[in-house]
Amino acid sequence: MSSHNESILREPLVTGKDITYAKVTDDILLPVENKPNKAWWIGFTMAALGALLWVVSVSYTFWTGIGAWGLNKTVGWAWDITDFVWWVGIGHAGTLISAVLLLFRQNWRNSINRSAEAMTIFAVICAATYVVAHMGRPWLAYWIFPLPNQFGSLWVNFNSPLVWDAFAISTYFTVSLVFWYCGLLPDIASVRDRAAGLKRRIYSILSFGWNGSVKTWQRFEIVSLILAGISTPLVLSVHTIVSMDFATSVIPGWHTTIFPPYFVAGAIFSGFAMVQTLLLVMRKVLNFENYITMFHIESMNKIIMVTGSIVGIAYLTELFIAWYSGSEYEMYAFANRIAGPYAWAYWAMMTCNVISPQLFWFKKIRTSIPISWVLSIVVNIGMWFERFVIIVTSLHRDYIPSSWAMFYPTWTDVGIFVGSIGLFFTLFLLFLRFLPGIAIAEVKLLLKSASLQQKTKLVKEGHLDPEHVEFFRNSLSKYDSVSEEDIKELETK
Amino acid sequence: MSNIKYIIGSFADPDELMHGIDKLQANNISIYDCFTPMPIHGIEAKLGVRPSRLPIAAFCFGLLGGTLGFSLLYYTMAYDWPMNIGGKPALPLPDFVPVTFECTILITALGMVATFFYRNHLFPGRAPRVMDLRATDDRFVIAVDANDNTDHEKIEDLLKEAGAVEVKYNERKYVSYE
Repeated sequence: MSSHNESILREPLVTGKDITYAKVTDDILLPVENKPNKAWWIGFTMAALGALLWVVSVSYTFWTGIGAWGLNKTVGWAWDITDFVWWVGIGHAGTLISAVLLLFRQNWRNSINRSAEAMTIFAVICAATYVVAHMGRPWLAYWIFPLPNQFGSLWVNFNSPLVWDAFAISTYFTVSLVFWYCGLLPDIASVRDRAAGLKRRIYSILSFGWNGSVKTWQRFEIVSLILAGISTPLVLSVHTIVSMDFATSVIPGWHTTIFPPYFVAGAIFSGFAMVQTLLLVMRKVLNFENYITMFHIESMNKIIMVTGSIVGIAYLTELFIAWYSGSEYEMYAFANRIAGPYAWAYWAMMTCNVISPQLFWFKKIRTSIPISWVLSIVVNIGMWFERFVIIVTSLHRDYIPSSWAMFYPTWTDVGIFVGSIGLFFTLFLLFLRFLPGIAIAEVKLLLKSASLQQKTKLVKEGHLDPEHVEFFRNSLSKYDSVSEEDIKELETK
Repeated sequence: MSNIKYIIGSFADPDELMHGIDKLQANNISIYDCFTPMPIHGIEAKLGVRPSRLPIAAFCFGLLGGTLGFSLLYYTMAYDWPMNIGGKPALPLPDFVPVTFECTILITALGMVATFFYRNHLFPGRAPRVMDLRATDDRFVIAVDANDNTDHEKIEDLLKEAGAVEVKYNERKYVSYE
């Protein structure tokens, strides 16, 4: 039942006074139903310029071939695969939030899942472009799929993790897109029923004729639950397979069994950091402070801290195993990472990924919006360096010292990377402009159980343990969207 | 014979909607359908809507996906053109796990969602069959067939008693048609 009273000890997920169902719709649809503000235009212009840079760099790569990049015969993978793994990793948080947190019935996912899923889809689009580009002849990219062909019926080699990767990434993209779009249907219908004219027609087509009848909702919930159930192993498999691109090779520093869990933890780590980067800006610019509250921010920071610690342990385990294995190549690979020519990248990774998330042990830090935002960017820088370190430092000095070489990026490498960030933000800003950035229907579900308004009402009715009320009141002090007066109101006589 | 096709009771609160359903049912008035801006838990049981069989469909699609995925691998790697890859076996079962798994997930997801769309007649361009335009915003709506249940005044009273903020008499089934 929607009126089921949640324990007063739980912090509210929706704050603000006089929040009604209508107000939720109004607030969330504000950026969709009105002309975008200045902040959106500034962001969009910058992002679009970045996307333009991406188009130029990718076109140049396609025109001249991957000789446009700084690769050489020793370092055959560098920024391309670094960026690919980075983007795929970022994509993981969306599915994690929408699927895993749904299975664990974490209601705070309701107001962040939509934008996190959108982020997943855009990140996977960015990642996929690197896969296509690094093939050298992108017009033959379909050769990765087992299509009947005229070349003597040769099939792809299904023993290869690179083929698994093509299956994993394309499945992941498709399932994420379907999951995201199914969730969007009721909200698109909300836009449709409030709009007029051409806008109404367009949203009507997009809404698939959704009407919110009992049977529709019943099936919708089943579909969400099962999609969550199958997306959870899927998301784990995707980064596991990405890690196997490396782990099944014989390159020192790559050939380790720790890679799958280590990569998955790193993916969640960077994904949540990116969600944090985006949402902290989004809640401010679009006035979503009542829906994306300090509780959400703090919870995400806690996840960043946990996964950051897992990643830290993985780094140390790698070092230990390199020594314990007794393999001289393995030992050299790690000595080279720590003190070789790319040591600065290794230490940048260590600082950003292992030390900085530990700051979140302090409550002051994890409930501070500016610090959280800066740290979320630091984490993403660190995670980019992690992939760079794994890929380039292992390749540039492997078995034959006469083949040792350095990798230096060209402007095309930099252009594609910076450009892909522009592409990502362009897509994300367009999403915020045309589709509801928060799942309206799911936030409405929280209104009568987990909102501050409801909890205030419960307190006023009495019958609650004063100690619990006190605890609840204290937990509110960190919220930037709750005023002193709101807290005072909770004082029992 | 009046032109009224449906009586629409719109509520501002989901609990009052549930109350309204109880009242109507206690008076033997059949409910056509309810339209809500969010899922209401427990409403299916009240209205006697059977549990969805989509999980069964999903399971069947999963079996199909797994079978198709494995068959593809078996056909290409072991039957059609077995290759000598470093002297490894032509049927390396552990290597088949990832692709079989991905195919299972893909077909399960697509098949289940397609079934959902098919059963609920959801597709791009379908004219929305909406009885109250605010039912996707802030109104929880009970629709009663006005021809099956003739005592309209009683229905209105019952709905109002349960807390309906508005009772409408729709002459068209769907107000969303232009």
